[in-house]
Amino acid sequence: MGSSTIAPTPASFILNKVKTGMTMTEKILARASEKSQLSPGENVWVNVDALMTHDVCGPGAIGIFKKEFGENAKLSPRFCKDSYSFGTKVWDREKIVIIPDHYIFTSDERANRNVDILRDFCMEQNIKYFYDIKDLSNFKANPDYKGVCHIALAQEGHCRPGEVLLGTDSHTCTAGAFGQFATGIGNTDAGFVLGAGKLLLKVPPTLRFVMDGEMPDYLLAKDLILQIIGEISVSGATYKSMEFVGTTIESLTMEERMTLCNMVIEAGAKNGVVPADGTTYKYLEEKTSVAYEPVYSDEHASFLAEYRFDVSKLEPLVAKPHSPDNRALARECKDVKIDRVYIGSCTGGKIEDFMAAAKVFLASGKKVKVPTFLVPATQKVWMDVYGLQVPGSGGKTCSQIFEEAECDTPASPSCGACLGGPKDTYARMNEPVASYPFLLLYLSKA
Amino acid sequence: MAASLSLLPNPLFTVSPKLSVPPSLSTTPHVLKFPTTYPTHLIKPLAAQVPRGTTSSVIASAAATPSITATTPSTTFHGLCYVVGDNIDTDQIIPAEYLTLVPSKPAEYEKLGSYALIGLPSTYTTRFVEPNETKTKYSIVIAGDNFGCGSSREHAPVALGAAGVSAVVAESYARIFFRNSVATGEVYPFESEVRICEECRTGDTVTIEIGESRLINHTTGKEYRLKPIGDAGPVIEAGGIFAYARKTGMIPSN
Repeated sequence: MGSSTIAPTPASFILNKVKTGMTMTEKILARASEKSQLSPGENVWVNVDALMTHDVCGPGAIGIFKKEFGENAKLSPRFCKDSYSFGTKVWDREKIVIIPDHYIFTSDERANRNVDILRDFCMEQNIKYFYDIKDLSNFKANPDYKGVCHIALAQEGHCRPGEVLLGTDSHTCTAGAFGQFATGIGNTDAGFVLGAGKLLLKVPPTLRFVMDGEMPDYLLAKDLILQIIGEISVSGATYKSMEFVGTTIESLTMEERMTLCNMVIEAGAKNGVVPADGTTYKYLEEKTSVAYEPVYSDEHASFLAEYRFDVSKLEPLVAKPHSPDNRALARECKDVKIDRVYIGSCTGGKIEDFMAAAKVFLASGKKVKVPTFLVPATQKVWMDVYGLQVPGSGGKTCSQIFEEAECDTPASPSCGACLGGPKDTYARMNEPVASYPFLLLYLSKA
Repeated sequence: MAASLSLLPNPLFTVSPKLSVPPSLSTTPHVLKFPTTYPTHLIKPLAAQVPRGTTSSVIASAAATPSITATTPSTTFHGLCYVVGDNIDTDQIIPAEYLTLVPSKPAEYEKLGSYALIGLPSTYTTRFVEPNETKTKYSIVIAGDNFGCGSSREHAPVALGAAGVSAVVAESYARIFFRNSVATGEVYPFESEVRICEECRTGDTVTIEIGESRLINHTTGKEYRLKPIGDAGPVIEAGGIFAYARKTGMIPSN
């Protein structure tokens, strides 16, 4: 560990000679494919800096890796560090991050077996980063276990400006908050990357979102991204990159930038990016010692379209059933009966999300009227929910405020009920509560 | 995908010129001289035996080699269609609770197929896979915009393929679903030029002629142009991402 360094690389020399302006995403992919120039629409073989997988897709990706690269294949030295090794070896044991998080705290045998499959593979391949869990009855008894993969990646310093991160999860795009190219892929592509360390990717054109104005204290990044998705629809950014710039973006914390990039997939986007800056470097300071080199869109880069927002004029939003682009003002929904509340997930389960919720409870001073479930995304978030003091509360922690409001006790960190999962998943809805069950995923302020 | 049958060494294999489509409802591509007496729901028996990602190589390469016969050889998908609307997401295609099934394990692959499209709302009165069945009788899915949106789960095209779907014809696709379809070879992802989901009905008999980029609805008598496959073409023609990578020398051949 130690301070992260920004090291000049031979690639930066090449980038300085670029003739035509490129966007951030184009530049990252150019460097990763060892090309000096590329344009949207080109298909290029891209070197992967980090590959992430979890308990739902990992076993399938591993199965494909073993089948396709063969049990007894001797890989050429180009594809494995140790040219004398036989057998199927992953391309780089330090660039793979395996994070059980989806179906963890369950008695479902197949779900538990899937974590075992990950463990066996990590032992076989001597994978450096495997955030294992064995004791399901007490998450704290597992020192390596983290929780939700996208939050764990950030917290453990695996997200670095200018790099290419692929993950077997649609919300891998969250890492774009760090000024890198991050996108979701399937098992087959991941199986390929496990062996080859590269993937064939098509360069996406970029949509630019310029967000200016001072962020009102009743808004969060979630409101910004819901505003955008409502504007362009759930297929508005399909095959495109979404780039977020502007004074508002510059004022956002890393966690807020992660919320923004997390939901670009809900607009169909290939990836989202926020340019790296002081906020990014500070966040990364104690988390990684791997050198990185940020890239930025050229002044004369071509964007497919540009959208401008005056953030000071926006209001809190909700996405109504059953689509993320079914946008409505929160105040328009104040008479909608709510059956239960769930605060968690990679979108809304970070410590800043719980802090924001705690402040709302504090301001209201009342007890919750419906079952309210809290699922911190990672062990670290859980610790902070219990350990950090909420400003303006006279020294109370989030957990104390939640307890006073009679929320359910914060649960073991994982994806939890966000995507359903086995029937015994905490807070999972197995039966509809009403004809239109209204579930608030992350509490937005009224 | 039905095309997997074509990869067995088969001394009877020939590329046939345009065939008139027998009303047998077989989903085998008519490249093969297989007797078309298989019940539709049993087609697709060999996906587990055939190396993944190599299913469409023969079909596409047959379409791409005009020198064999005087007329352009056509290869086809044929069967009953199942029609869905816009924004069909991966939770509808394969609900999350079934994702403990690992697609690379043959028995679990089959189980995934039995749950294909089980997440559709009750407004879809016809079930895609009947209860207690593992295969569907609809080998072609016709959809609107943004088919396969939502999650990156490869279980989605896999479930459709395992159930017996050979092709999807959608107005447009979500990116990761399209990519997964191409990478796995489980379903051939066609794009239509118009909203054929509004002109076809579940249960119509359709034929897709790949070489001619054409869909024929035999029940209504209408024909539709399909869009060319585009950049995914070389990958599909090679037989998936692994085959393409071997062909272009990016990874060593086995």
